[in-house]
Amino acid sequence: MSGATQEAGLPPAARYAEMVSLVADPVLERRVGRPWWIAFLAALAVTLGFGLCLAWLFVEGIGIYGNNSTVVWGFPIANYVWWIGIGNAGTLISALLLLTRQGWRSSINRFAEAMTLFAAGIAGLFPILHLGRPYLAYWLAPYPNTMNLWPQWRSALVWDFAAIGTYILFSLLFWYLGLIPDLATMRDRARSRGAKLIYGVLAFGWRGSARHWQRHDAVYKAMAALAVPLVVSVHSVVGLDFAASLMPGWQETIFPPYFVVGALFSGFAMVVTLAVILRWGLGLQAIINERHFDVMAKIILAGAIAMGLSYLTEWFMGWYSGEHEERSFLSFQFTGDYAPFYYAMLACNVLAPQLFWFRACRQRVLPLLGVCILVNIGMWLERILIIWNTLSHGHLPAMRRLFHPTFWDWATLVGSFGLFALLFLVFVRLLPAVAMHDVNKELRAEKEAAA
Amino acid sequence: MAIPPPRDDADAQLFPRWATLVARIALVSLVLLPLAGLGLLMALPYTPHVTGQGFTPAQPVPFNHEHHVGELGIECRYCHTSVEQSRFAGLPPTHTCMSCHSQLWTNASVLEPVRRSLAERKPIPWTRVNALPDYVFFDHSIHVAKGVGCTTCHGNVDSMPLMRQAAPLTMGWCLDCHRDPTPHLRPAAEVFAGHWTPPEDQEKRGAALMRHYGIRTEHLSDCSVCHR
Repeated sequence: MSGATQEAGLPPAARYAEMVSLVADPVLERRVGRPWWIAFLAALAVTLGFGLCLAWLFVEGIGIYGNNSTVVWGFPIANYVWWIGIGNAGTLISALLLLTRQGWRSSINRFAEAMTLFAAGIAGLFPILHLGRPYLAYWLAPYPNTMNLWPQWRSALVWDFAAIGTYILFSLLFWYLGLIPDLATMRDRARSRGAKLIYGVLAFGWRGSARHWQRHDAVYKAMAALAVPLVVSVHSVVGLDFAASLMPGWQETIFPPYFVVGALFSGFAMVVTLAVILRWGLGLQAIINERHFDVMAKIILAGAIAMGLSYLTEWFMGWYSGEHEERSFLSFQFTGDYAPFYYAMLACNVLAPQLFWFRACRQRVLPLLGVCILVNIGMWLERILIIWNTLSHGHLPAMRRLFHPTFWDWATLVGSFGLFALLFLVFVRLLPAVAMHDVNKELRAEKEAAA
Repeated sequence: MAIPPPRDDADAQLFPRWATLVARIALVSLVLLPLAGLGLLMALPYTPHVTGQGFTPAQPVPFNHEHHVGELGIECRYCHTSVEQSRFAGLPPTHTCMSCHSQLWTNASVLEPVRRSLAERKPIPWTRVNALPDYVFFDHSIHVAKGVGCTTCHGNVDSMPLMRQAAPLTMGWCLDCHRDPTPHLRPAAEVFAGHWTPPEDQEKRGAALMRHYGIRTEHLSDCSVCHR
């Protein structure tokens, strides 16, 4: 590891056993606190509401949402793009930062990967929800059927299906592979026989022998190398959903990279948000500290600058194309019905993160949390505006309509947060939220560097 | 704080020896069982339980096609009169039955519903055998006009004592013919033949009939040909 070239990320006095018990004890030893129960019950209630929304959608159909024949994509697709963006950061943190030997990743990669998994799973629901006949969603899969039907490979939606499916499966395997040594630690530390057995089965008989470690490292690094192109491809394909169309404001070659940057940007903001909550809830101040926040805030700042550049490029190309439709679309963005949201989005995504030029804002919890929540709101606004602006201002002026969200639009969005929170709360109660073996590897590297 | 000694050595082994075998079987099943389940789900729509192929529904009168068509030689169009003009081949009014049965078997108990239908002026409620979904707009007249015979889809009706569904009626089955009709085309004179087996040189004849009827397959598998 590259501890030698960086300032230490873990406290200099830290010991290996101390690090392990910091992570493992909240799961195995400590009683569940009242805040956790309150959060769990609240999340459970909201999740049940989410289930209700889905049930009502299946009974009543897409008409319960604000989607109309002009703005055919509304909240569901915006939510999908936003959630899959959140789901992008975890695998990037664990894979790309592993390959580039950023040792500090070890403090955050485990829960960031869990976040990825849950977010990508929730994201995968939304394209199904926006279908006219959601119960036929499996028609997107190529399989032999009595209708002799085959998916339309020219449709970006089929690419989506493949990209999300691959990404979720891969993220799950990658996450689990990283968990195996820690599951063995949990097995060895557990007191009750039931817990020993469950963690023991999940640990696949890990003994921590040199051979185990050697193979684990080889597979993990190989998978990380596979993961990086996947992270880029999954959101590029989401960008292509839009860019492969003929609509003003969508048909742009910048879309795939612009979407990937946006995804990492919002994903990192979500990781910081969760890290702040997690280290307070589990008492992990020694493992997730100012230095981690500092580095992540810098990445978010870089993301904000890249987003600003993307917006500038979009505006420039809109004007430079000379197309009447593109220019009229541009003026609709700035002066049309959704303009206030557009300015709010610019403020959230480009202006707010500029605070991270200051070290004090990067390392203190309140400004960090504030900016990250603003970024996530801004990124959601961006997703919905990409849909609203273009579809409400298409080629046929007579067909121009606005989108008016319904109660069910909002309920489904809020419900998806509930499901995410529920999954995350269960995760921190049952599994080590930090990669213990990775943290100790990093600790060793830092100690060697210091010696 | 000292590192606690490893507990593994002190404790008894957590798992018995056979646990390894169970774990291996479980890992393989984890892949195989879902695949097998998916395979089953994929195979199910091809079975007669789903397509209805070969099923014989109960009818208010046990009308015998084998007897009327095969033995007596009554032609299809005697009863199914609109097959050449309409999308619907037509079910005979009770009067058609009575053209014979006002004289023959006038007291037969199986024909009681037919006599009642005539007396009460209510049509006999036949159960449909070859049912297509509502979103399929099948038209008998065009098929008959282009040389597709009755038995191609309905099977050898002249040997069915009770009417049964001869074909699977799946979209794939429709498309097989729409993509390449040559093996099934007949000259106009043989369209209503009760029994038809393709001649040796059907490939050549079929190609000639394609030209004769002016059938062009380029657009025959477009969605809008059958779905509107």
